[in-house]
Amino acid sequence: MASYIGNTQKDVQDMLKVIGVKSIDDLFQDIKPRHASQSFDLPAGKSEFEVVECFRRLASQNAAHLIPFIGGGYYDHYIPAAVDAIISRAEFYTAYTPYQPECSQGTLQALYEFQSSICTLTGMEVANASLYDGGTALYEAAMMALRLTNRKKVLLDGGVSPIYRKILKSYTGNLHYEFQETSVAHGQSHRQEMEELLDENTAAVILQNPNFFGAIDDHSDIIKKAHELGVLAIESVYPIALGLIKTPGEMGADIVTGEGQSLGLPLNFGGPYLGFMATRKEFIRKMPGRIVGQTVDQEGRRCFVNTLQAREQHIRREKATSNICTNMSLCALQAVIYMSLLGKEGFKELAQLNLDKAEFARRMMERIKGVEVIRSSQTFNEFTVRLSKDASGVVEAMIGKGFAAGFPLGRYYKGMDNYMIVAVTEKRTKEEILRYVESLDEVLNKSNHCSSNRKEHVAS
Amino acid sequence: MDLIFEKSVEGKRGFLNPKSDVDVRAEMPSSYKRQKECHLPEVSELDVVRHFTNLSKRNFSVDSNFYPLGSCTMKYNPKFTEDLARLCGFTHLHPLLPQLKQGEKLVQGALGVLYEMDRWLCEITGMDSFTMQPLAGAHGELTGVMMMAAYHKSKGNKKKYIVVPDSSHGTNPATAAIAGYEIVCVPSDKNGVMDLSRLQEKITDEMAGFMLTCPNTHGIFNSNIDKITEMVHAVDGIMYYDGANLNAIMGRFRPGDVGFDVMHVNLHKTFATPHGGGGPGAGPVGVKEKLIPYLPISRVVRKEDGTYSLNYDYPDSIGYIASFYGNFGVILRAYAYLLLLGKEGLKEASNHAVLNANYIKERLKKHFALPYDHICMHEVVLSAATQAKSGVHAIDIAKFLIDKGIHPPTVYFPLTVQEAIMIEPTETESKQTLDHFIQAMVEADELSVTEPSAFKDLPKTMPISRPDETKAARDIDTNYFAEKPC
Repeated sequence: MASYIGNTQKDVQDMLKVIGVKSIDDLFQDIKPRHASQSFDLPAGKSEFEVVECFRRLASQNAAHLIPFIGGGYYDHYIPAAVDAIISRAEFYTAYTPYQPECSQGTLQALYEFQSSICTLTGMEVANASLYDGGTALYEAAMMALRLTNRKKVLLDGGVSPIYRKILKSYTGNLHYEFQETSVAHGQSHRQEMEELLDENTAAVILQNPNFFGAIDDHSDIIKKAHELGVLAIESVYPIALGLIKTPGEMGADIVTGEGQSLGLPLNFGGPYLGFMATRKEFIRKMPGRIVGQTVDQEGRRCFVNTLQAREQHIRREKATSNICTNMSLCALQAVIYMSLLGKEGFKELAQLNLDKAEFARRMMERIKGVEVIRSSQTFNEFTVRLSKDASGVVEAMIGKGFAAGFPLGRYYKGMDNYMIVAVTEKRTKEEILRYVESLDEVLNKSNHCSSNRKEHVAS
Repeated sequence: MDLIFEKSVEGKRGFLNPKSDVDVRAEMPSSYKRQKECHLPEVSELDVVRHFTNLSKRNFSVDSNFYPLGSCTMKYNPKFTEDLARLCGFTHLHPLLPQLKQGEKLVQGALGVLYEMDRWLCEITGMDSFTMQPLAGAHGELTGVMMMAAYHKSKGNKKKYIVVPDSSHGTNPATAAIAGYEIVCVPSDKNGVMDLSRLQEKITDEMAGFMLTCPNTHGIFNSNIDKITEMVHAVDGIMYYDGANLNAIMGRFRPGDVGFDVMHVNLHKTFATPHGGGGPGAGPVGVKEKLIPYLPISRVVRKEDGTYSLNYDYPDSIGYIASFYGNFGVILRAYAYLLLLGKEGLKEASNHAVLNANYIKERLKKHFALPYDHICMHEVVLSAATQAKSGVHAIDIAKFLIDKGIHPPTVYFPLTVQEAIMIEPTETESKQTLDHFIQAMVEADELSVTEPSAFKDLPKTMPISRPDETKAARDIDTNYFAEKPC
């Protein structure tokens, strides 16, 4: 039966008899005629085969073939096949929130391992079992800091993803909080502005590393200054970079969030993704979201449970730390499998590989007329370039050559129409990078794109 | 079972990165370099696969067990939707593509899915427009309440509080509080529906809106629903419909027809997308015309030439509530399910969901207290109050069921019912499965009379017995790498 109904006609008759009604319609007698649906004009059902054909057609109407040099917080990393093989086990994906620990140890232990992996990756003491995505996780972190400090002001670094900054402002629109934004200096956080704006009314300073322009920063000095004023430091991170760069824990951050898409999740047109959050142990009771803890059973055997539930909505209702209920368990599972496969050495190598490929691409791009690679700060696998032409037009032309060439910054930053950010992950081969550079050269210098137009190698 | 970290052996590799094909070795300056080691495990691919496969065996799931978890709609998740959501035309799609110049042309199939889902959900619920962005039910609630606030702000209404029934989901009051409202609670009457006279007392000009689940968490449809919407609208309050229980009413009742102004739908409940051990879900939000200006951006629009685009130009919008366009992979699965079932299939799903719940209610009401003896919708709330007198509580019944291979119903919710056992069988379960469950419940009742002490050690067939939850909350251990408490 098309609606996956379990009962036969005979079953239905037997059940109606037990209930003591004549028809299924009788069970809906509380829905009075005046409440009845005024319309239910939907198409008839289709066969599985027909739906599959329809979806193949829809999928073919998307340009998934473009070679991505676009990032902006969401990256095209290779996902080992074992990740999907494991999350395709129905014991994981058709279960629900582990309310009954005895028959949910699989999910619970995996989430404990996820939390532990996030802790060691970020250098923090405790992590939760996931949040919706990187943007909403940052909002939850801001709310957590406001609760912890009882202050009303948040300082927001201009290098934080513009998408995240928009999310933060939407959510707090109806609340009495003040957001102050600082600008970016030479790609990095603007120390002087930060110092001027940080004060004893500030609940938190929100930073991102690497920032939206791709710049890496050591925020230790800002965080130290913040702590002197009782301000909490929130750091949004790109997990792959942490294979190589200074962790928020090492910088002294209080709350860490991030987008976990890069940890084994496909790009999927924006979701499902994975928000993660880590903090200091002393703040654990103010942290939103599910938290899995280790304990023992009646026989003293190790086991895992959802713990500190007194923070949560189903217990605390309006006094909860967050309204969050469902999180992203399966995505957290994806991430912990991914991190386990990559492992200690593989994760470091992966980060180094990203750094090397991006550096190669930068050097190649610097040889083209009309491209200025911004080298004012250290970067990881994404970097800013200034073009001789409007970046959105260049990116449009590059689509015709089979590339998603980067993300034009003019969309979110005034006066940056000629700038774009370019991401180069481990998946981009030398051949792809060279073809990309060649195509970019053609687009920028179309009228006369022979090799004589190339600049000599520009030393940085 | 050992943790993956405890299986780590120095030098083992689970995955090999490609060798670098560029002759550049960049150096991260030491001032930016991480100093402390990251302790991810060193394990082989087989170690990882075996570890997680063995973990998976420690879970109950819909595919392996009856899972009548009330309020969660644990119906069967069709397999073909898993394949469809993995088509690379969807999985490889970068979310920023449509934000490029002419970029919408690159994602017409994806935008088409979002647009069509909006149309389907509008017709199913009687709403005028949907946003697909909210990433879970509670996220949808927050989006809805934010729109409520934006509406009042634009009209200059001075509103202070939101009313919820005492039987509501915990997310309702939590959401309203986070959006900046005070909460006022209305008690249920003896029939398990909200007490209308008590509601009237709570309605003042300062009431921003009312959040209602209908049928409610007692599984009962409120026949006064039209009166309630009139009362709330009289003070320009907004009626919020919590769509958690939509599986009961498809084709019979549409919230939009009786005066609800805004609602969310849990795609992972009603539209059969897998629950993933607690997410990802998806919680699209629908609104009536008066709230359309406040919908989050971006919005998918269909142009005159039949192509789709994203529009950001809505000055009254509440803004961005998520990074992109929703949990797209979940939306895809739900859309495939809708296409397959169609009009008749959806109606039939609700019919059988309600039939199955009533069958369980009739068969079990002789054995368990039934707080509200009324025709129920898709779920029924029983009480273990009788058994509790001999020391057998709802949680003990739950553990008994685990040993019978059944995932327990929701227990101790709704809060209005003492020793609540909330059972939602869904339409995909057969009479034979329900009979097996009923038999187990009857046995539990009998055992509570003959040997009540037998429950304390249950379950016995699982890899673990009952965990020490107090210890978990006292000696907090949420991170393997943390220094252990002494």
